[in-house]
Amino acid sequence: MSSYRLTNLVLPISVVVASAVGLLVLAGTNPWDPLQLIVEGSIGWPPFEAGKSAKVGDTVMVWVPIALASAGLIVTFNAGMWNIGIEGQIIMGAIAAAFVAREVSAPRPLLVLLTILAGAVGGLLWGLLVGVLRTAGGVNEIFGGLGLDFVAISFTTYLIIDPWARTGVASTSGTDIFPDAALLPSSSGTRLSLLAIAIALLAIGGVWILFRGTLYGLKLKAVGANLRSSFLMGIPTNRYLLGAFMICGALAGIGGTVQATGFHFKLIPAISGGYGFLAILVVLLARYQAFWVIPISFFFAMIAVGSSQLDLRLDLNSALGGVLQGVLVLSAMFGLGWAAYRTKRQLQEASGGDSG
Amino acid sequence: MGLELRNIHKHFGPVRANDGISITVETGTLHGLLGENGAGKSTLMKVLSGFHSADSGEIVLDGKKIKLASPDDAIEAGIGMLHQDPLVFLPFSVIDNFVLGSPGGWRLDRRQATAEMQELCDRYGFSFDPHTPSRLLTVGERQQLEIVRLLWLGARVLILDEPTTGISADQRAKLFAALKSLSKEGMSVIFVSHKLEEVADLCERVTVMKRGKVVGEADMPVPPERLVEMMFGQAVQIRDRKEVAHGKSRLTVDSVRMATGLLSEESTSLEVNAGEVIGLAGMEGSGQDTFLRICSGMRSLKQGSVTVAGKDLTGKHYRDFLAADVKYLPAGRLEEGLIEGLTITEHFVLSGEDRSFFIDWAQARNRAVEQVDHFAIKGTEASTVESLSGGNQQRLLLAMLPHELSVLLMEHPTRGLDIESADWVWEQLLARREDGTSIVFASADLDELLRYSDRILVFFSGRVIGELDASSTNVDEIGLLIGGRSANPELSEGSQ
Repeated sequence: MSSYRLTNLVLPISVVVASAVGLLVLAGTNPWDPLQLIVEGSIGWPPFEAGKSAKVGDTVMVWVPIALASAGLIVTFNAGMWNIGIEGQIIMGAIAAAFVAREVSAPRPLLVLLTILAGAVGGLLWGLLVGVLRTAGGVNEIFGGLGLDFVAISFTTYLIIDPWARTGVASTSGTDIFPDAALLPSSSGTRLSLLAIAIALLAIGGVWILFRGTLYGLKLKAVGANLRSSFLMGIPTNRYLLGAFMICGALAGIGGTVQATGFHFKLIPAISGGYGFLAILVVLLARYQAFWVIPISFFFAMIAVGSSQLDLRLDLNSALGGVLQGVLVLSAMFGLGWAAYRTKRQLQEASGGDSG
Repeated sequence: MGLELRNIHKHFGPVRANDGISITVETGTLHGLLGENGAGKSTLMKVLSGFHSADSGEIVLDGKKIKLASPDDAIEAGIGMLHQDPLVFLPFSVIDNFVLGSPGGWRLDRRQATAEMQELCDRYGFSFDPHTPSRLLTVGERQQLEIVRLLWLGARVLILDEPTTGISADQRAKLFAALKSLSKEGMSVIFVSHKLEEVADLCERVTVMKRGKVVGEADMPVPPERLVEMMFGQAVQIRDRKEVAHGKSRLTVDSVRMATGLLSEESTSLEVNAGEVIGLAGMEGSGQDTFLRICSGMRSLKQGSVTVAGKDLTGKHYRDFLAADVKYLPAGRLEEGLIEGLTITEHFVLSGEDRSFFIDWAQARNRAVEQVDHFAIKGTEASTVESLSGGNQQRLLLAMLPHELSVLLMEHPTRGLDIESADWVWEQLLARREDGTSIVFASADLDELLRYSDRILVFFSGRVIGELDASSTNVDEIGLLIGGRSANPELSEGSQ
């Protein structure tokens, strides 16, 4: 966290705000209304107002998979891997959870636990596949992952229109709603699940500890920074790469479970919600620092949930939310890069002035 | 007239790499820049070639102040830098490399460029085929290509950073001849080196740097003892090697065949005893590197066997060799030895024997502080490895070696190190013999090979062309063998 100095935030934030305002003006609206609407649509206006708990619940439940995927991606990024296959890992987690939810009958706590485990295993295996393609087949993880993303998406569609089709209808709107016993426990009237929040925070804390205090984490970092030196030091590099993909896949898969049994309550074609790709941006913005994943992914969850209000209220296309996200990320990266450059220059000047 | 550096300061964090340096290089002189490792030579040259920008100070060329914000600016101003590893794009052809850095435009006239390159080559006695892929060139030839390229781009000042590492004696002679005729034509040449003889051979004037400052200047010739004194404060004495009784066989390599670029049908065998030091001589890429990789399990065998302390490890994985206490230290310290971005403490944790899941950072730091002190590494336990100088990186690598070591395989153990550091490194290495460690090392430095080895294997064209007893051979004999010639006519046959 120390590298993420507060002074470094002012510059990126101003760049971000400037670009967001610019974009909204270009889209033909005053910049304030849509932003207020996004906040209102995600956490209420004024924020966290009583009676808006359903909205807050939705936003938190969108935050959970983004945060889980981000926690996973910190692991793969540290191992030097671009795990673009994260979307597929979320999807396979959701599919595995859906399978358990549909096919297994057990008392509720047990069934919920099983769906979570199934999600973890589904994502883990899909992540492992990317890793095996990379380590044994020499397939770059970006291409392998992207390919497997498409496979997972197609597989979901197949399941929804054929074997798991709703009785009597073949529609792409999704499977039947899962039995109650399989759904994540939530507080009444909302989707908000304390269990899901706890898992997400645990994952982020776990990843933080992994890279802060464990030999495993240090070795992962070493492998990511220099594969060849690590190998010569005697670190089994392939095993560590596979490990990173498995950890990331498992966390993403749990995110998939949350999407299936905690948000949509069924399997739908776009079950990942694009949160895997979003998480890549979160982690880049958080500069691989676990703690910063929490607020940054919450911010993205707010935009994702809140932007659905845009077309209803302002006659703007809700896709503007996505465009806004993109612009925010790019301008934030630019701002961060600029701030880093400035800091470096200042440091140089300061040390130069020392002797002069 | 000439090149003038005035009061150059360059700091990296707390490190004062250049601390107020002023040097004048007259037009048409061969100016030597001497200094031990970490003296700040490389930094200064990087400032001069626009790679780093100085914190303060000015650069004046022919009376005109120039500002160098990038290597591009430097070339524009007529300052050409020949890097230690020549900047050659290996997949490109020679002529494509030649025209690559030329300024401007879309127009690419290979024919004219070829003619101009040929003319330059003829003038300075270089020769290489413009259409050959650059990866087939030797390091020396890549250097020559880089030199003609810089001349073509209009360099008036030529900087050479340790240009003689890794090139043959023949190529060195060619290089020196070219530099001498260039200086006669008015080229200012800055020759950065830590090799005294070369500076004595070549340079007309010399500047000595130490710890970021200029500590001496002199017109050549100057007795070498005087230069050493300027560099180190006192003359470094050559230490005599302590002899150690050799134990049982530690490493046996039996009739392995090495497929290098130059395929050879000959096979190589070697037996190394405990406490023995074997030097591998030869031009770069003659098979020594492959041989070391075979001995360390990094490279699989087509034929033959490798046995370590009586255990057959043929075909086994690199980590099995590690488990058998065989350790390989390659030449690329930052590429293959250390991990950029990680601190010294983290390196000791990675290489340490404590395998517990959670890291005890307080203890790790204490241990790192101890080691940094014990191995006299200039840096702190929190320094990242890329902030260390080459010599200190080598010290760290030695500090990271396990206590139990059966066979130590090294590539260029003292490359780029100053005399004091090199001596220190060898002191450490030789001390290991007393625990029975066998050492096999490849080096391009004949003095090093002669001084520290028990036996020397000379590689030529992918095979061993001679095995010499280091106590009875001499530079001439090794030199001849390295060039592929031998007193024994039978051996030299087929070496062409």
